[in-house]
Amino acid sequence: MTIRVPVLQQGKVLIVSVQDALSDSDLLNVQQDLLDKVFSVNATGVVIDVSALDVLDSFGTRTLSDIAAAIQLRGAKTVIVGIQADVAMSMVLLGLSLPRVATALDLEAGMALLGQRHVA
Amino acid sequence: MSTVESDIVMACQITSDADVVSARQRGRTVAADMGFSRPDQALIATSISELARNIVNYAKTGTIELSLVDRGRKRGLQVVANDNGPGIENLEAAMTDGFSTTRSLGLGLPGTRRMVDDFHIVSEPGKGVRVTVVKWLH
Repeated sequence: MTIRVPVLQQGKVLIVSVQDALSDSDLLNVQQDLLDKVFSVNATGVVIDVSALDVLDSFGTRTLSDIAAAIQLRGAKTVIVGIQADVAMSMVLLGLSLPRVATALDLEAGMALLGQRHVA
Repeated sequence: MSTVESDIVMACQITSDADVVSARQRGRTVAADMGFSRPDQALIATSISELARNIVNYAKTGTIELSLVDRGRKRGLQVVANDNGPGIENLEAAMTDGFSTTRSLGLGLPGTRRMVDDFHIVSEPGKGVRVTVVKWLH
């Protein structure tokens, strides 16, 4: 079963909300869909909301980091928002820290970082 | 002090990446029922995710089994990841941050060791891998 994650658009910013039950191949689909959309709408920024995730393991983190790197090559900026406290701690112990990726507390803070006002 | 192992409370066949997700979700439920804190639940679920992914990536199929363990007054959750895949040639290298024979980050095994309290790995080339980890309730 393939899970598709909707990519929302607000101006030139794309917003994607990653859900918990995503397998590795689902995550790769999200990566592909998101990158396609970044290219097709010439997005200047992407916010990836991971607040629904209660596990972010090495594969998930690497995928997020790959997405951010690809988007950066396109001249756009990625912000990962909503990493839960428990998840953050396990990431640190795993040795994962997303050093080159912008992060923010929540969607609103992420949008602000991209110079956008989030309209709820 | 010896560790007393109880019956297996959960057994998962791991054959696909969807099984990785269900194993970590079921593991988290068991950990929550045992009274583990939310941070510890996340550590247990993430460890299961790493161990189960190694099975899929390197051995194709294997099992994840959870059981309750007691050592003295301590109670813990034991996770055993078992496969009959190609095994690990150089265990010492496999336990080093950043070492990977695939394109992964090479953090699965060393990262898992940091997330749990007890970590034990047995492997020989051609004879599969068996990883046993325990998280103790505080």
